[in-house]
Amino acid sequence: MAAEHLDRLRREGRITIVGASLAGLRAAETLRAEGFAGELTLIGDEPYEPYDRPPLSKSVLLGRADPHRTELPRRRETDATWRLGVTATGLDLTAGRVRLSDGDEVEYDRLLIATGVRARPWPKESEARLDGVFLLRTRDDAAGLYQRLRSGPRRVFVIGAGFAGCEVASACREQGIQVTVAERAGAPLVGALGGVVGAVAADLMREHGVDLRTRVTVTALEGDATGRVRAVHLSDESVVEADVVVVSLGSQRNTEWLDGSGLGAGPRGIACDAGCRAFDFRGIVTDDVFVAGDVARSPHALFEYQFLSLEHWGNAVAQAETAAHNMICDGADRRPHLWMPAFWSSQFGVNIKSVGVPPMGEELMITQGSTAERRFVGVYGHKGRVVAAVSFDNTRWLEFYQRAIERGAPFPPEYPTMDRRAENRHPVPADFPDPSLPTHGPMVTLSGWSPADTQLVFHPARH
Amino acid sequence: MTRDSIVRRITDFANRADPYPVYRELRATPVLHEEEGGPYVISSYWDIEALLHDPRISSEAANLADPGEDAALLQSEETGGLPPSFLRLDPPEHDRLRRIANSAFGPPHQPRRIDGMRGELREIVTALIDGFGDARGIDLVDDFAYPFPVTVICRLLGVPREDEPRFRAWVDPLVASLDPGKRQEADEEFARTAREARMQLGMYLAGLAEERAKEPRDDLLSDLVNSHGPDGAMTMMEVLSTSVLLLIAGHETTVNLITNGMLTLLRHPDVLERLRREPELAPRLVEELLRYEPPVQLVPQRTCLTDIEVRGVTIPKGSRIWLVLAAGNRDPERFKDPERFDPDREDIQHLGFGSGIHICFGAPLARLETQIALTELARRLENPRLVQDPPPYRENAVLRGPRHLEITFDGVRP
Ligand SMILES: Cc1cc2nc3c(=O)[nH]c(=O)nc-3n(C[C@H](O)[C@H](O)[C@H](O)COP(=O)(O)OP(=O)(O)OC[C@H]3O[C@@H](n4cnc5c(N)ncnc54)[C@H](O)[C@@H]3O)c2cc1C
Repeated sequence: MAAEHLDRLRREGRITIVGASLAGLRAAETLRAEGFAGELTLIGDEPYEPYDRPPLSKSVLLGRADPHRTELPRRRETDATWRLGVTATGLDLTAGRVRLSDGDEVEYDRLLIATGVRARPWPKESEARLDGVFLLRTRDDAAGLYQRLRSGPRRVFVIGAGFAGCEVASACREQGIQVTVAERAGAPLVGALGGVVGAVAADLMREHGVDLRTRVTVTALEGDATGRVRAVHLSDESVVEADVVVVSLGSQRNTEWLDGSGLGAGPRGIACDAGCRAFDFRGIVTDDVFVAGDVARSPHALFEYQFLSLEHWGNAVAQAETAAHNMICDGADRRPHLWMPAFWSSQFGVNIKSVGVPPMGEELMITQGSTAERRFVGVYGHKGRVVAAVSFDNTRWLEFYQRAIERGAPFPPEYPTMDRRAENRHPVPADFPDPSLPTHGPMVTLSGWSPADTQLVFHPARH
Repeated sequence: MTRDSIVRRITDFANRADPYPVYRELRATPVLHEEEGGPYVISSYWDIEALLHDPRISSEAANLADPGEDAALLQSEETGGLPPSFLRLDPPEHDRLRRIANSAFGPPHQPRRIDGMRGELREIVTALIDGFGDARGIDLVDDFAYPFPVTVICRLLGVPREDEPRFRAWVDPLVASLDPGKRQEADEEFARTAREARMQLGMYLAGLAEERAKEPRDDLLSDLVNSHGPDGAMTMMEVLSTSVLLLIAGHETTVNLITNGMLTLLRHPDVLERLRREPELAPRLVEELLRYEPPVQLVPQRTCLTDIEVRGVTIPKGSRIWLVLAAGNRDPERFKDPERFDPDREDIQHLGFGSGIHICFGAPLARLETQIALTELARRLENPRLVQDPPPYRENAVLRGPRHLEITFDGVRP
């Protein structure tokens, strides 16, 4: 009976994907690759075919890539109905129906939600509307900002020194543009990597001529008579003249359209089980609604089953593939999404990469290289276990630390490595800000259960 | 070592033409340690890959607890007048030297140095094939696979091609000294020869380097001598060990890759014919070759800085570790149908160039050279055939390839 049902789903079922970007596209391709022959619909509110975002804050701002040419490469034919430029406005869980902004409705047998996040806007609307104030999430954002950078601004002001803000500052400096960065915390990247590594990033920035202001907030954006931004006011009462402002305050999850649907969706994303099945608001798992990408929040066995929401490119791809697989499978054929979190960035000529969940670490130990040279690997520890590692210009070693995380290797690591300097013998506090303060690094949220010694043996997928 | 020792059989010349059955046997014991003082031999793909990325594994000979049979040769490497090259160094020294060398070799500083050689490479290949004249048979090694990369590395480094016979006499004993089989038998005489060869080659290059310091040209040697990036400059001695390394590596590996490649193609005439019709097959074909018949078969120069565990076996600090890349490349745990030569293979992350921080420095050049060489041979030789299968092999178990490869053909297309 169940097998027959599944067979029919695969043959002639209707699958709808809301969110036609990285996760949405990869899910669609996986569905076809795994033999789904039914009706496939993709709904996306952007008017464009799925495109890649990481270049938007890097090569696009440097003029090395055309913002209109970052389409994601297609892995295979999806043979889908694409409804682009249309927003999903509501969900009827009982009837299995998605409502669209153009008044239409789409019925589904299985639904995948991949609506991602959007940039958190500048809170004061009139100021946010000033000409010269930019967000950076979409292709249009990047195209507009790039145009403005080309027109030779006197100074760019970046609000927020998370990864995106730092990358924008880096792109400006590389083109000889004056730039000021303001950050509420004591250093850049603090939310994602902690204060110790943040201090390295701060040095790096200053060395490249960025006017970095920390422990300040922006209080107001000031425009001129023609409605163009001209100055930024800071909490330390200083005023910085700038003709371009980039608001880089982290993100908000695109879940409002699910309000009242009964799905367990909110500002922290959509909670789902390890198989990408969404929970309803009672914490009961649905069996026909799946989630993937930046908007999802799912428990991870390696990290004390905490619900992780990751704004990582690789996570969106892996989770989409798992979700798609599970949508057309049953029972034991389903796979858990146990992707090892990994994130990269490049700024000021340095390649930064992390694996695992750094913000979970209380302590940090530099195991290779030296922070003074800005080439190092740092390992984060939580309750005596290695939970993350970060590298500056040392990417090739991360694989080793990834394995240490998978094994739950002890922290601090006691073995010698070939490039461990005397000053790096001891772990130090990683110096993450109080989690109740607002930050904009990739988030980790607690599920509440915390097994000290995990019963689960982790066998990472190697293909 | 007993006579049926597997380690002995890896280096045994009798198995050179087809070492793969020995490798298969090796993989049955993924961490093989046959006797006190002997190497720990690692043969499965994932273990090798992991160890190549393991910061507890050192490439510096000084970290060996017991240099054993190698003592004399290790000495000669250190005292052959030159400091160790970055191949035998760990970070941070390794990183610094490799970065400086790299800025002379590839992007971002010299983005076109390799790709820009495309036309030049094709010219050299064309001239060599034209040189076959009316012959209906050649030795692919002597007439093509050797002269081609040697000409290339000479031009790239800025070493006069006509000096080749001189430095070949020094390169040969150095290459021989890399062979673990030879090392096991090495006597004082052998060590002395290697030491002297290294010194002679160093002195020869020192002469050229001095010229370049006075009058730089557009070659790698000039860039090495005059490097002044964020990592500072190489000392003259560092320039010399780096150029010895590049000269040797540029000599030996590509010769074997091209020869192994042609041999494999002649054993798979359907693929050879396909390459003739579809030259765009070349890049993938070369990747598959690097998996199937890698010129560097094993890395015998690793040791561990602490006790480490691999598949439940503890390898004690200071032990010698051999990573058998060629065995990992045919590991059925990693590759589907690994014993099959299949240029259409999609999942091809081989160990042919190693992995991790010591991943082959010259890989972009070796790839390009081999792609062009094989494509042109396939296109121009009419009905090529092997004269002898298997052909005679070189002694070396590390750098494996035929000593000669006699082939006949019906003519040379224009
Ligand atoms: C500038 C920038 C740089 C980045 N750099 C890196 C990097 O270096 N490394 C890294 O790992 N990650 C990076 N990322 C993150 C990475 O791009 C994301 O993790 C990835 O895009 C997530 O994919 P997704 O499909 O889940 O979400 P998204 O790509 O955000 O896609 C969601 C889509 O759904 C649409 N949508 C939302 N609501 C609705 C609705 N109601 N109806 C219809 N459509 C809707 C959205 O408009 C969007 O097109 C970067 C992101 C940005 C913006």
